[in-house]
This record gives sequence, C-alpha cells and structure tokens, in this order.
Amino acid sequence: MRNRGRRGQNGSNSETNGVVIHTEGLRKYYILGAETVRAVRGVDLEVKRGEFVAIMGPSGSGKSTFMNLIGCLDTPTGGDYWLNGRKVSELSDDQLARVRNRDIGFVFQTFNLLPRATALHNVELPLIYAGMSSRERRKRAEEKLTLVGLADRMDHRPPELSGGQRQRVAIARALVNDPALLLADEPTGNLDSRTTMEIVEMLAALNQAGQTIVLVTHESDIAAWASRQIHLNDGLVERDFENEGKVN
Amino acid sequence: MFILREIVMVAMASIRANALRSGLTTLGIVIGTAAVITMVALGEGAQRQVQEQIENMGTNILTVRPGQGFFRGVASGSRRLEEDDALALRDQIGHVYEIAPEIESRYQVTYARSNSSNSIVGTWPSFFSLYNHELEHGRFFDEGEVQGRRRVAVLGSNVPDDLETPGGLLVGRTIQIRGIPFEVVGVLREKGGAMWMQPDDQIFIPLSTAMYRVMGGRDRLRSIYVAAPSPDELDPAWAEIDRVIRREHRILPTEEADFSIQQSSDILETFNETTQTFSLLLAGIAGVSLLVGGIGIMNIMLVSVTERTREIGVRKALGATRKTILFQFLVEALVLCVLGGILGVAGGFGAAELITRLYGSSTAVAAEAVAVALGFSAAIGLFFGIWPARRASILDPIDALRYE
Ligand SMILES: Nc1ncnc2c1ncn2[C@@H]1O[C@H](COP(=O)(O)OP(=O)(O)OP(=O)(O)O)[C@@H](O)[C@H]1O
Ligand SMILES: [Mg+2]
Repeated sequence: MRNRGRRGQNGSNSETNGVVIHTEGLRKYYILGAETVRAVRGVDLEVKRGEFVAIMGPSGSGKSTFMNLIGCLDTPTGGDYWLNGRKVSELSDDQLARVRNRDIGFVFQTFNLLPRATALHNVELPLIYAGMSSRERRKRAEEKLTLVGLADRMDHRPPELSGGQRQRVAIARALVNDPALLLADEPTGNLDSRTTMEIVEMLAALNQAGQTIVLVTHESDIAAWASRQIHLNDGLVERDFENEGKVN
Repeated sequence: MFILREIVMVAMASIRANALRSGLTTLGIVIGTAAVITMVALGEGAQRQVQEQIENMGTNILTVRPGQGFFRGVASGSRRLEEDDALALRDQIGHVYEIAPEIESRYQVTYARSNSSNSIVGTWPSFFSLYNHELEHGRFFDEGEVQGRRRVAVLGSNVPDDLETPGGLLVGRTIQIRGIPFEVVGVLREKGGAMWMQPDDQIFIPLSTAMYRVMGGRDRLRSIYVAAPSPDELDPAWAEIDRVIRREHRILPTEEADFSIQQSSDILETFNETTQTFSLLLAGIAGVSLLVGGIGIMNIMLVSVTERTREIGVRKALGATRKTILFQFLVEALVLCVLGGILGVAGGFGAAELITRLYGSSTAVAAEAVAVALGFSAAIGLFFGIWPARRASILDPIDALRYE
C-alpha cells in the first residue's frame, strides 16, 4: 500500500511504456433541452510520464471539460480513456473515486479548500480517504506543506491565508498522494502576477523532479514554461507541439 | 477504520459549527423522546398500581352481592343478602372455603377530643384471615365476641392517625362509634388500598354488634366474601356458592339469580385494560411528536446537504466514495438524534419524577421504555437521515464542485 502512489512516477509497468494519458475519440456533450453543446468533440491524445503539458485555447473551447474528463471528475459521453494503461472510461463511481484518490492530483482555479479545516487537515484529506493512519498522514502532509513553503502556516485555515498561500495548500494537497498525474485548471487565474510566477515556478520545479503535469492556461508566458503545448478550439485539438522556447 | 474517525469528526464539527440550528433541531427529538418516556412511565405506573391492588384484594376471593347485575344494584323485589346466607354457606361449604359476611356504614368516631368519620365494617373474624390482615398491635376479635355482640373494635392502620393517638396507646382504650363505646382490641398493619376498598381507613367490629347495636337492626349485608384455597379453585367455588344461595333464596337453576358472584379482581382487570388502552394512546401521541422531531431532522439534514454541496464535491474529488459521504451525513443525523434521545430520556425521567411529586400518581420508568426510546430515536435518525445522505452521496463530483 505504501508504494501505491509512486507507481506513476517511477517508471510504470512495461505495457504502458511510460504513457500516463491515452485518449481515443474522447467526447463530452451536454444536452440542454433541444440543444446539444459539444464541449469536447473527440480528442486523441497521449501524454508521457514526466511531460509538462500546457493546454491553451479560447474561452469555451472545452479546456475545463477536457481536464475534468482526464481528472475522472466527469464521465465522457463517448470515446475511451486510459490512465496509466488502465481503462478508466468504463469504471464505476467508486472505482473512479479510488482513481481520483490515488492517481490524480487536481488543482482548481478556485482552490476548493475546506474553509473550516486547517491547511494541514486539508492536505491530509486524500490520505484519510486512502485509509492511512493519522501519524503517517500527518507526516506526509507536513512534508508536502513544507515543500510548498508553508511549514509555518499549517494550522491556519484558508480564510486566514492569502490567495497564493491557498493555492500552495491546494498544490500540497494534490501532491500528497504522490499522484501519477497533476492536473491544474487555470491555477493562477485568481492570482496576481507575482504570485502567479511563484506558483508556475513551483510547478516547473515539480516537473523537474519528474512529476507529470497538465496545466490549463490562457497566458502564453505561463505556457512557455511547459514542455509541450496543446491548443484546443471548439472541442478539438487544433495544434499540439513540443515547446521549443521552453523557459528552463 | 481511519475513515470512520474522520466521518465522526466531520459530523461533530458540522453539528458544532451550526450549534444553534443543531440544538433547535435536536429539541424536537428531545421533546419527543421525553414525551414517550413520561407517557410510558405514567401508564406503567398506573398499571403497576392496579396490579398491586389486585394482589391486595386477593386473587382467590369471590364476592357475593345482592341484586342481579353488579352495577345495577338491588333489583326490585329481589331478596336481600342476609346473615343466614352467610351461615348457610359456612355450614355447607365452609370446610373448603373461608366465608366472611360484611355490613358497612359510615359513622362519626370519637376518642378524647378527636373525632373523624370512618367506614365501620361489621364482619366475622374470618374476614381477617381471608384478606391476610396482620396485626400491628393487640388482637383480632373472636367468634365468642361475635356471639356475644360485644363492643370491640379492630382499627385499620390509618385510624389511629384520624384519632390523633398512636395505635399502641389506643389498644384497651374506649372509642365512641356513633356515640356507642367500643373497646379497641387491635390495630391492623398497613395494607394498602384497592379502589373502593380502603381497609386502612376502616374500623372492624363483630357483625352481630354492628347489626343490632350500631345499625339499628339492619340485616341487609353489603356482601359475602368467599375465599377459595387457591385461584385455580374459583370456578368450583363459584358453582358451590351459586347452588347454596339459590337454594336459600328458592331460585331454580333455570331462573335468573337475585344475587351476583364477582371475582374481586374482575373489576380491576377491566380497569387495567382501560389504563392500558389509555397509556397506549398517550404513548402513541408522544410517538407522533417524536416522528415530527424526525421530520425536523430530515429537513435540517437536507439543508445541510445543500449548503455543503461544494464541500461534498471537494471530498469526492479527493477520493471520498459514495459510501463515505453517505455515512458522513447519516452519522450526523444519527448523532443529532441519539443526542436528543439521551437528553430526552433524562428529561423523561425528570418529568416522571416531577409528576409523581406533584400529583402523587405513581410512575415507573421502565428500562424497556428507555431502550425503546433510544433505539427509536436512532432509528428515526437512520430513517430520516438516509434520504438526505443518499442525495449527498449520489451527487456528481463535478456538479457538486460547480454548485454555487
Ligand atoms: N455543465 C455544463 N452544461 C452545459 N454546457 C456546459 C457545461 N459545462 C460546460 N459547458 C459548455 O461547454 C463548452 C466548453 O466549456 P469549458 O468550461 O470546457 O470551456 P473552457 O475552455 O474551460 O473555457 P474557459 O477558458 O472560459 O474556462 C462551453 O460552451 C460551455 O458553455
Ligand atoms: Mg475553464
């Protein structure tokens, strides 16, 4: 059980060949009365372990919808999705909960922290649902909070933290289970430019350490930090290229 | 499990965070449970009292009364019940059954400067053994004193109080009944009452004395008591009494009798049934209030689920399963209800105690009632908590996260 979370990072099993995300014709349609909104219209994509992917595109192009699909928060209307070689597009509700718990770390634009819980407890949450003992999860949560530079804010509640600090708590929480995949949907959308840079640098450092990251952003100077850019338009992949001018 | 601790802690934290709301909601359960406990205690107490009375009255005693129906009194033209009937019974079946006739009237009783009004009972000495009376002081009167129409009296245990003199001092003294001097020969031990029979307040004198010296030649008996050796032998006793008195009154077995034979506890049993029905009704009403409390719980749980939709979304996004979320809200409802149940049981005890103190009606908080009330409040928590909890658990994580 202890090593469960590390599977994604340390060379997954041979059949996946280090492929973390693999989608085929992934679709998500919303039916609103007579009208059908085709938010994601069939995406074929492969993301390898260790990649840092930035997803860009105009508003309403389906970026968030796609992220929610690969984050197993939402179920596709059609198409297939393999995470770490495991077909997740046909898993049950509770199996998806386990996948979210163990293989995925999600960072939201709006942080989504529990306002009444301390930073430490917020970070501990995924470990609680993984069934870990309190001493072990406290140790791990403290480790991650220290990693994001919040060693001195562990007992603070989100309302007592700045936006940047809150997002760092959220990142610590996303990382605490050592997920195979870190997803971030406009993580800096609610932050000022200085804080934005701190967060982006932190993500880049994590990626340097081997973390696979998929990031949605509107800003090309943030996307510039990624190793690969994918441009969505109208629910389809418009462009997909390695980032030549990568910042580091 | 470690998750369980989190579940309970989250439930408690949520209850604490909404302390006022939780408290008010729980109040419904508190009141409901307290009402159930109190009502059941009242009913139980009444029933226990009746049970005691039945035992006091003797479960093996038949009462012969004049008149056809017990409640109708003496039917016109019917013969009265007289000492001869009692003597006939004693002659013919007295070797198996104990017989005691009774004549009764209320008179002024005086001793020194105290006076009171008491029920005076004229009877035979067999009366005391028939009802298992015991003596506190002195002795019973005897057969010879009945034969001699002696003016001797045995006092019920409360009578010395009525006369403002300790029972021990009264023995050997003379009291006046209707102005006639009587020597007190004994004081009975406390017996406890039973409906119309209050032996503790009565004064017992020989039957003959009562008829010829006190009541002015009255010969109409109020009743004749017949005790069977055991409750199982009441039926043959009934048949024997019927046979003897019919012959005395010259009534054919095919004719309607001018007397009635009652089992003393019959009336009490009827009363018992009424009490039971009544306490069931009360408990039912109390149960309804508990039900209303449960609906309050459901309402507040629905509010809680709606309010915390985003929290549910976050928890689901982080790996909480349906079951975990279901349990979390169920535990919250359960904690509210069981907490209310415990407080309600305490309140019920208090209310029962208060009723006993204020009105003297005996109550008995049955252990079963406590268990049932607690179990019931937990069941209400489960029943009314499950639907809101289910609604929370089946929320789609992404819908919950998007909820504004
Ligand atoms: N729950 C929903 N019901 C109906 N339509 C939806 C829903 N969620 C998204 N959509 C539609 O799907 C399309 C894609 O939305 P999505 O949120 O994925 O866009 P996006 O690329 O993330 O945009 P932005 O950059 O503004 O965040 C939009 O047209 C949106 O209106
Ligand atoms: Mg979006």
